[in-house]
Amino acid sequence: MAFLYIPIALLVVFSFNSARLNIRWEGFSTKWYEALLSNHVLLGAFQNSLIVASATTVLSTLLGTLGAWMLYRYRFPFQGALGLLIFIPMVMPEVLMGVSLLVLFVQLLNIPLGFTTMIIAHTTFCFPFVLVAVQARLQGLDPSQEEAAMDLGATPFQAFRKVVLPYLMPAIISGALMSFTLSLDEYIVSVFTTGSQSQTLPLKVYGMAKVGLNPQLNALSAIFIAATFTFALAVHFFGKKKNL
Amino acid sequence: MAGFAAPTGVAPPPGAHHRTPGLLAWIILSPLVLWLLLFVVAPTLMLTAVSFAERDALGRIVWNFSLQNYFRAFDWVWLKILFQSLYYAFLTTVICMAVGYPAAYCIGRAPERWRGILLMLVMVPFWTSFLIRTYAWITILSKEGIVNSQMISAGIFTEPISLLYSPFAIVLGLVYNFLPFMILPIYTSVEKLDNAMIEAAYDLGAGPLRAFSQVIIPLTRPGIAAGAMLVFVPSIAMFAITTLMGGGTNPMIGEVIFKQFTSGRNQPFGAALGTILLLVFILTLWLARSQRVKEE
Repeated sequence: MAFLYIPIALLVVFSFNSARLNIRWEGFSTKWYEALLSNHVLLGAFQNSLIVASATTVLSTLLGTLGAWMLYRYRFPFQGALGLLIFIPMVMPEVLMGVSLLVLFVQLLNIPLGFTTMIIAHTTFCFPFVLVAVQARLQGLDPSQEEAAMDLGATPFQAFRKVVLPYLMPAIISGALMSFTLSLDEYIVSVFTTGSQSQTLPLKVYGMAKVGLNPQLNALSAIFIAATFTFALAVHFFGKKKNL
Repeated sequence: MAGFAAPTGVAPPPGAHHRTPGLLAWIILSPLVLWLLLFVVAPTLMLTAVSFAERDALGRIVWNFSLQNYFRAFDWVWLKILFQSLYYAFLTTVICMAVGYPAAYCIGRAPERWRGILLMLVMVPFWTSFLIRTYAWITILSKEGIVNSQMISAGIFTEPISLLYSPFAIVLGLVYNFLPFMILPIYTSVEKLDNAMIEAAYDLGAGPLRAFSQVIIPLTRPGIAAGAMLVFVPSIAMFAITTLMGGGTNPMIGEVIFKQFTSGRNQPFGAALGTILLLVFILTLWLARSQRVKEE
């Protein structure tokens, strides 16, 4: 446990160090946070990240939810092959996904690299997670509920919207959150599919970390760590309340 | 996070009321099918196609069939990098197992009300960005980092030594990143352990060591196998962590492919290395699968 927490705890502590390097403690300071908030390059990259992650989440949620429902509801030919294809992007090494999509975009489709290519690439490895989450929840669905709705005069669309969709909501939300975080954190697939205008935060952070220590990066990391812990606590307490 | 569902795969749900799809169902499913064909199948085929092509002086792809990239890829220089990547991935897996098994075992055998919190504590650092987690180690290990400055002020080191940019740093970075992938599946197996089985082993005269090696380990094997796969497979091709921690001194196969596509300007050769990596990856998954089938 100490092995897991000491590195990130040190990072948070030293983000308040007024010294430029981590050599020794030279007093409390928030100056690196101030510098960070006026760093337009990083703020712009963060905005790009949010654009890509939001678009990815919407596309992945649509593809994943409708796909899971259709594959559950009907028996399609080649369903086994389809299942295998959905499984591939989840386990495929990111480098291979990155290069193969790069070759496709540049050689075959002629799409200029940028937001579009990045969103397509991110959606490709995110939507299977939504699909699997929804599929897992569908296994517990009582088919008679949907049938009852239809017997009472609902169209298949109404039955899906009023009965099935509310039941699937927890899985859809957790799948969407997963897509958002996966996209926000993606570096390898991004580096292959990005253009100069669509540099996201991980790409910039990687560039900074490669050069060496940077107190602004400490501050940025500390903010992300704090956000993660807040989110984790929220999930923990929200989850508890629901069980009561 | 990638692939916690991986060992189970995407099986059609049992007990569903299957019907023959109508036209509308096909229309709703078609975006998914098209997406998979266009962005999963087509790119892989393109990668393989490019690996058999040539390049001109400007680095552009020329569509002449040639095996030259593969002849070059089987040169010892490149094979060594592939084997080294496999070796580091193997080392990472073994260390994750040695560290993760006891941790997973303790969490799985802890009182039930503690389990959720302990598991959460393992997972939370993992939810922060992998770049932040790697950067945290850079601040500790680099020449201007925490370890060096403490050691110098304590008089143990006379001058800073480079802990970063070494095989040790590479494996440390990989272990720190992939450890939860090992702990989670093992925890799931440990949690299912039947106390009666362990007590039976003791009643029959087994010591703690024997009970552990002959009862507990075999019963938690599925978790160990799943964890090993989840750590080993992504470790082979991971290059962001290894480049940051290794400083390019020990390039991994993923980084070499990346360089061929960016600064190296030899995309067909990069594609050939990629195709070989793809085959290694398929072989690993296939071996793991046949092993699982055999056990069942």
